[in-house]
Amino acid sequence: MLLSIVAIPAVLGAAAFFISSRRLRRAMLLLGSGGHVAAVAVNAVRPAAVEPGAWVGLDATGLLFLAVTSILFAAVAVYTAGYLGRESGRIVNDAEEGFAFYNWPEAKFIGCLLLFLATMSLVCISRDLGLLWVAVEATTLVSAPLIGFHRHHRSLEATWKYLMICSVGIAMALLGNFFLAYAGHGQVHLNLDDLLSKAAGLDPLWLKAAFLMLLVGYGTKMGLAPMHTWLPDAHSEAPSMVSTLLSGTLLNCAFLGILRGNSVLNAAGLGTFSGELLVFFGLLSMSIAAVFIVGQVDYKRMLAYSSIEHMGILSLGVGLGGLSGVGAMLHAACHSLTKGMLFLCAGQLLHVYGAKTAADVRHALHSLPITAFLWMAGFLAITGSPPFGLFISELTILKGALESGRWAVAAGYLAALGIIFIAMARVVLPMVFGSTREPAATTGDASYAREPRWFVIPAASLGIGVVFLGLYMPPAIWDFLSRAAQLAGGR
Amino acid sequence: MAIWTDVFVLGLVLTNFRLLSSSRLAAMIETMVLQAIALTVIPLTLADHPWPLRLMTLSLVTLTVKGVLLPWLLRRSMRAADVQREIEPFIGYTVSILTGIALLGLAFLIAQPLKAATGPGLASLLPGALFSILTGLLIIVSRRKALTQVVGYLVMENGIYAFGAALAVKEPLLVEMGVLLDVFVAVFVMGITIYQINREFDHIDTDRLSELKD
Repeated sequence: MLLSIVAIPAVLGAAAFFISSRRLRRAMLLLGSGGHVAAVAVNAVRPAAVEPGAWVGLDATGLLFLAVTSILFAAVAVYTAGYLGRESGRIVNDAEEGFAFYNWPEAKFIGCLLLFLATMSLVCISRDLGLLWVAVEATTLVSAPLIGFHRHHRSLEATWKYLMICSVGIAMALLGNFFLAYAGHGQVHLNLDDLLSKAAGLDPLWLKAAFLMLLVGYGTKMGLAPMHTWLPDAHSEAPSMVSTLLSGTLLNCAFLGILRGNSVLNAAGLGTFSGELLVFFGLLSMSIAAVFIVGQVDYKRMLAYSSIEHMGILSLGVGLGGLSGVGAMLHAACHSLTKGMLFLCAGQLLHVYGAKTAADVRHALHSLPITAFLWMAGFLAITGSPPFGLFISELTILKGALESGRWAVAAGYLAALGIIFIAMARVVLPMVFGSTREPAATTGDASYAREPRWFVIPAASLGIGVVFLGLYMPPAIWDFLSRAAQLAGGR
Repeated sequence: MAIWTDVFVLGLVLTNFRLLSSSRLAAMIETMVLQAIALTVIPLTLADHPWPLRLMTLSLVTLTVKGVLLPWLLRRSMRAADVQREIEPFIGYTVSILTGIALLGLAFLIAQPLKAATGPGLASLLPGALFSILTGLLIIVSRRKALTQVVGYLVMENGIYAFGAALAVKEPLLVEMGVLLDVFVAVFVMGITIYQINREFDHIDTDRLSELKD
């Protein structure tokens, strides 16, 4: 039952490689996504108890990340089906350097997208840290071709960086897994339940080394500074729906790996050690993101650095624990939805204006009213303004920090948020309201609508979700988030 | 059997030095085969006779993947990208060897406190494995060619595998198989990317892949 979550996209994805009909392939993408949403819903409504010692199982933390993945993928699937209709067989003119390039074959693209969903789902339901590692590494391998979808030299460079840096990072996480096994003197399996129940008997020295390795390893994939160097390149060079998935779902999945390690350390009574490390890397990521967002000229790279910032916030929240931990769980969900909407808008702006430099996009409100509205709303949401969900989650994290008397951390957190708000406003506001300039005629394809429904509906739905979470928090969801935070090692 | 563990760990260390000193890719790939043999034997020397069936299976799969399939993939990429040797690495070969010696010392230093927390039989394995990891990282950061970096990645992966070797007797077989499969696919995907980089740029020097930065 649970395995259908992985099996549905995996089977359809593998089959998509061999299907030559375009319509059928796109239908399979939508089918895979719909099936996945249904399977997750069934498992959420009637959760099977997690059997101790089982390879897979769905707990609250896993379900949270799985649900976010499923929703975001549904939005991306709708967008992709329309996008491929526009891009297929087209020779694309490079926006910045003016040379032509082809895209990858569509069959490979759709196949890899569905396999990407399958591997991320496997990450969310893994109860065995070894299996979790295998799944995380598999996400790297199936997503690398997605980043290189546009066949030109900058995407190749981004793909190579992504492959090499993430593979080295994930190898470190494997070392962390082996250290965990050493901590149990070879008597404890890497199963999460087994580790948690025997945590008191684990060797603290090896355990600390193991967490450090897991943090560095999965942190590389999650985009924590200073291991984040692949992230801005991959996010800015990948097609926009791939950036959406990378930022909104893949980073969360890597974070889940760190959370599993964190819960083991907590159970072993070393929660302070892991918590302080998470707080440190969280603040560092936020500061580095702030530095690079100030003066950023490329709006897709700006979004990528914003992802680094938000991963820092997640890490900080979980590190502080308590109320902040719950805030971090809410933040993970809200960030994914908002970033999804923003990347889809960025893709639309890029297509119509043909430029990644923010200075080339002016007065979008005039030529692309809906996109500009969503882009502006997304900017307000991602910087934590009311009434969006991120306002609530960032406030909850702040409240948690203040309650536990971490004044210095709270001050650093607020400073970074403030700087990033101003820096992003300087990029986004002129794009929306700046002086009128018609988009370049060469890049906009006249035969297609500028704001097609396959873009507007998914992007707007994600936005509505974030507004909903900001205006009304059903107690059931709050309880669910608290449980997720508890399992993630909330102190 | 402890003496045999030491012998093969020593083999691992020596192959690392050979990798640090050679510029010809063909020689590096040959050395990878030797390293794969050492990695196959080390878990066997740590286990008691008669060897359990799962351990034998694992050894056989390790030898096939690391000793046959991966070198084959590397040679194929070598032909596709038409590279023979590493030219002008960032860190020269003599300096690489000297750095390697320093790293070996570092590995012993790091392993010292950890050794106390583990059982006997691992006295040489811990520093040997750590040294392999450090060597792999050194190769990745000090060489220009994408293909040499892949070799570095594999050396690092071998070091981590050697860590796991001590646990191979107890851990589920499925995980080990998954790890091997992932590494295999990783090199496969890297090989495809190298081929594309080569076609697009006419070279696979990664230091010239430097347009994306802030």
